[in-house]
Amino acid sequence: MMGQAVAHTYSARREGDFMLQAHDVHKFFGSLHVLDSVSLDVAKGEVVCIIGPSGSGKSTFLRCINHLDKIDAGRMSVDGRLVGYTERGSRLHELPERDLLKQRADIGMVFQHFDLFPHMSVLENVCLAPVLLKRRTKQEAKAAAVELLRRVGLADKLQAYPVQLSGGQQQRVAIARALAMEPKLMLFDEPTSALDPELVGEVLVVMKELARTGMTMIVVTHEIGFASEVADTLVFMDRGRVVESGDPRTVISQPREERTRTFLSQVLS
Amino acid sequence: MVVSAALAVGLVTTLITNPRYEWGTVNEYLFAPDILRGLRMTIILTVVSMLIGIALGIVLAVIRLSPSKLASGLAGAYIGFFRGTPVLVQLIFWFNFSALYPKVVIGIPFGPEFFLVNINLLITPFVAATLTLGLNEGAYMAEIVRSGILSVPEGQTYAASSLGLSRLQTLRKVVLPQAMRVIVPPTGNEVIGMLKTTSIVSIIALSELLYSAQSIYTRTYETIPLLIVVSIWYLLATSVLTFGQQYLERRFGRGTTRTAPVARFQMLRNAWGMTRREAGVQ
Repeated sequence: MMGQAVAHTYSARREGDFMLQAHDVHKFFGSLHVLDSVSLDVAKGEVVCIIGPSGSGKSTFLRCINHLDKIDAGRMSVDGRLVGYTERGSRLHELPERDLLKQRADIGMVFQHFDLFPHMSVLENVCLAPVLLKRRTKQEAKAAAVELLRRVGLADKLQAYPVQLSGGQQQRVAIARALAMEPKLMLFDEPTSALDPELVGEVLVVMKELARTGMTMIVVTHEIGFASEVADTLVFMDRGRVVESGDPRTVISQPREERTRTFLSQVLS
Repeated sequence: MVVSAALAVGLVTTLITNPRYEWGTVNEYLFAPDILRGLRMTIILTVVSMLIGIALGIVLAVIRLSPSKLASGLAGAYIGFFRGTPVLVQLIFWFNFSALYPKVVIGIPFGPEFFLVNINLLITPFVAATLTLGLNEGAYMAEIVRSGILSVPEGQTYAASSLGLSRLQTLRKVVLPQAMRVIVPPTGNEVIGMLKTTSIVSIIALSELLYSAQSIYTRTYETIPLLIVVSIWYLLATSVLTFGQQYLERRFGRGTTRTAPVARFQMLRNAWGMTRREAGVQ
């Protein structure tokens, strides 16, 4: 049953309704089995939160979705297309770099430590990829960036450099930077873990707002409150496996598995 | 303390009173056309060699850091070879390269020849000099650029990749500009070192600054005054370079401090721009 829990929830859906389909994904770092038969389906417009102790493979799973890490076995597809590979006959071939980059450009990612480009202003950070990848002209990109930065509440910081911003502000710029590529899917890798407690809220507000617009989101997080409020599905991972998943409130209040219970009691205490 | 002060006073006194410094001769040759032509050649050699060195250094550093073991190993071998042999030996080697390969033919072995290069004509003293200094500098610059690239946190590369930037775009727009902060100070040292190292090409009779002075003092025996002339020019040139280095360091320090840094040169330029604007000059 493990790892399949989500799949049956959406068994009524058709193939085309899924943004992410991961089936029996394995990943090794040397002899370490980081992902052990992970399966997860995410419907279009769905918000999935992944929780679990550190080292449980959550972040690695996220990085496999846009091929920053390669999976060693299994299948992973985003919007109906295999990630990083093409299928000819029954064989998988690695995608040429150009196609891989196109795939990545459609998947936005937000990191724990923001990773803004420190030598560029806020506006330049947001405009870089759309202009460089010729999705927009400079003028269009700038207008779109200003609009995005207004949405995340930073319209007055266009010319600031990342170092002049608080962590919460930097993370909101990072979200705007990812959104500037108009992704179909947004990945958040512990977006509030590096923030001072009083700055967590402003980032979560932006993420809630994004969820409300119908963006498909996969969020690795320790914010149980956010997960229960915003997520459609909560996934608990431990030691590279999906232990339990389902409706967030049910998983939190009545966890089926002992490990989930132990973890939640530690996090919530 | 007293001893060193006494020594300093004594030295200054001799500078003035010892007639063998021949300050008059120094003054006479400081702006002599031959010396200025030599200075020009020194500057050209420095610029061309550094440009070759920096371009080569970036390429070598990127290859050295590539995932391919073979490519990385080849770059490593290049760096090891050029750092492991004296630049003077390399200079004489390149100057005599035609003894090894008198001509280079491009064509099919034992078949027709398409293109023939006479190495003796190709490798002039200037070519031998820039080739030696540039290729040698490339090895040193490669290590400097490599340390710069490694100083940029990995997260920057991941962030750029996740946006869909290619390896080359990531390198050009994200990694190298940040690496510059680490690369510029030692590169400044390299330029200053290069300026002085160009003096060794005097042994293949290329008329740079030192050789120009030598050809005068072998005639006139005014050795010391001419060496003073040469030293004055080297000092002046290295001072200018130091100033330029400070400007670049601040330029690439952008985004590392909370207050926007302004280089001394930029301040000058801003002030200049303001006065021009005030005066109504476009």
